[in-house]
Amino acid sequence: MTKEITLPLTKEVIKDLRAGDSLSLSGVLYVVRDAAHKRIVAALDKGEPLPFELKGETIYYMGPSPAPPGKIIGAAGPTTSGRMDPFTPRLLAEGLKGMIGKGSRSEEVMEAIKKYGAVYLGAIGGGGALLSRKITKAEVIAYEELGPEAVLRIEVKDFPVTVINDSYGGDLYVEGKKKYHLS
Amino acid sequence: MREIEASAVTEAITDLFIQANYELTDDVISALKLARQQEESPAGREALDKILENASIAGEERVPLCQDCGTALVFIELGQDAHITGGDLYKAVNEGVRRAYVEGYLRKSMVEKPFSERTNTQDNTPAVIHTTVVPGNRLRIIALPKGAGSENMTRLGMLTPASGRQGVIDFVVKAVEEAGANPCPPGIIGVGIGGTAERTLLLAKQALLRKVGEPSLDSETSNLEKDILDKVNRLGIGPMGYGGRITALAVHIETSPAHIGSMPVAVSLQCHSARHREITL
Repeated sequence: MTKEITLPLTKEVIKDLRAGDSLSLSGVLYVVRDAAHKRIVAALDKGEPLPFELKGETIYYMGPSPAPPGKIIGAAGPTTSGRMDPFTPRLLAEGLKGMIGKGSRSEEVMEAIKKYGAVYLGAIGGGGALLSRKITKAEVIAYEELGPEAVLRIEVKDFPVTVINDSYGGDLYVEGKKKYHLS
Repeated sequence: MREIEASAVTEAITDLFIQANYELTDDVISALKLARQQEESPAGREALDKILENASIAGEERVPLCQDCGTALVFIELGQDAHITGGDLYKAVNEGVRRAYVEGYLRKSMVEKPFSERTNTQDNTPAVIHTTVVPGNRLRIIALPKGAGSENMTRLGMLTPASGRQGVIDFVVKAVEEAGANPCPPGIIGVGIGGTAERTLLLAKQALLRKVGEPSLDSETSNLEKDILDKVNRLGIGPMGYGGRITALAVHIETSPAHIGSMPVAVSLQCHSARHREITL
């Protein structure tokens, strides 16, 4: 059964989520990947303003293909999340509540997810065409010069994701594999 | 000597990269449908349904299959009796890539100065080109847009000859297990065995160019492909790593003679969005 979730994620909603749950998200996401993570953490270190308020928000690790004429955005599937691991605990400490990507996270990130009551969600890697349909609005809000790595604010409707790491230490990658492993 | 215009190469490359990025070939679609039938895990089946739906949407709505439109890998087999006229072959290839990525609304992912400034080249050039000279007067071109998620999971092992067949199996299975969900399973596992370090890496990549599931012509090698696929699909990783029976669609192995003291093994992983197209001019 799929749970309908309206963003931003609240403490109560996060408490209800368990690894393996299928969700359908609607609301605002911020698109941030490699180079922009580096810049955001540098801005935090220097006490400079951020492209958006992290508190309570959800980041989508993604770098879209260009929007063809008449389209809101091009293909828009997740990128490998592990590359963001060195920056993530810092963002979680600043109040980030959700992350969407694909692939496993480091021990440090999983600990921080538990500590700060956040959640890591998986979208279908290589599902860029399908996921682009779920995006109803997209605008560049910072670091335009980074091209496909610029920070975007997007609005999504019925955006499909699966809970990978919940706030209790649950991990779908570990649990799913255990369930179907044959010796 | 047969003449081939450089401009014909440019046009062919443009078409191949656009087509590869927007439409999966029939062998890939069939393999994904079969995986959907065989998969036991509900989460795995749901992931495969979305992967197949994605392929139809990409074709119908003209949106690339994946936002990572890849490094432009180009394999060229140049007949020794063919002569490229009207320009430089590699320039013609790069011009084709530039047109495909700019005019085809594909994502430009290449950066210059990889360890420092990482400035985007804005047109996805340069392509990574591998050329072999073959008999005949034709020019065969294969375009393989390769995403970083799967490419980053590549492994090279300089195994000892004593580790033998079992050593190869263990090395490949471990590489797939460690890659987990990162390379967007279920895809193709390309394996190179033999040669030198760089040769075996290239063999592993070339193994991805076969039709999905087409076995090696050598029976000893095709048996090894079967055994590794069986082992990999017992891992339980499943589609997108959500748990399931189908972690890979196929294992393709290419081999080459090796030095008496060496047994290099390479693993190149291809995500489920196995995009490659070819043409012979």
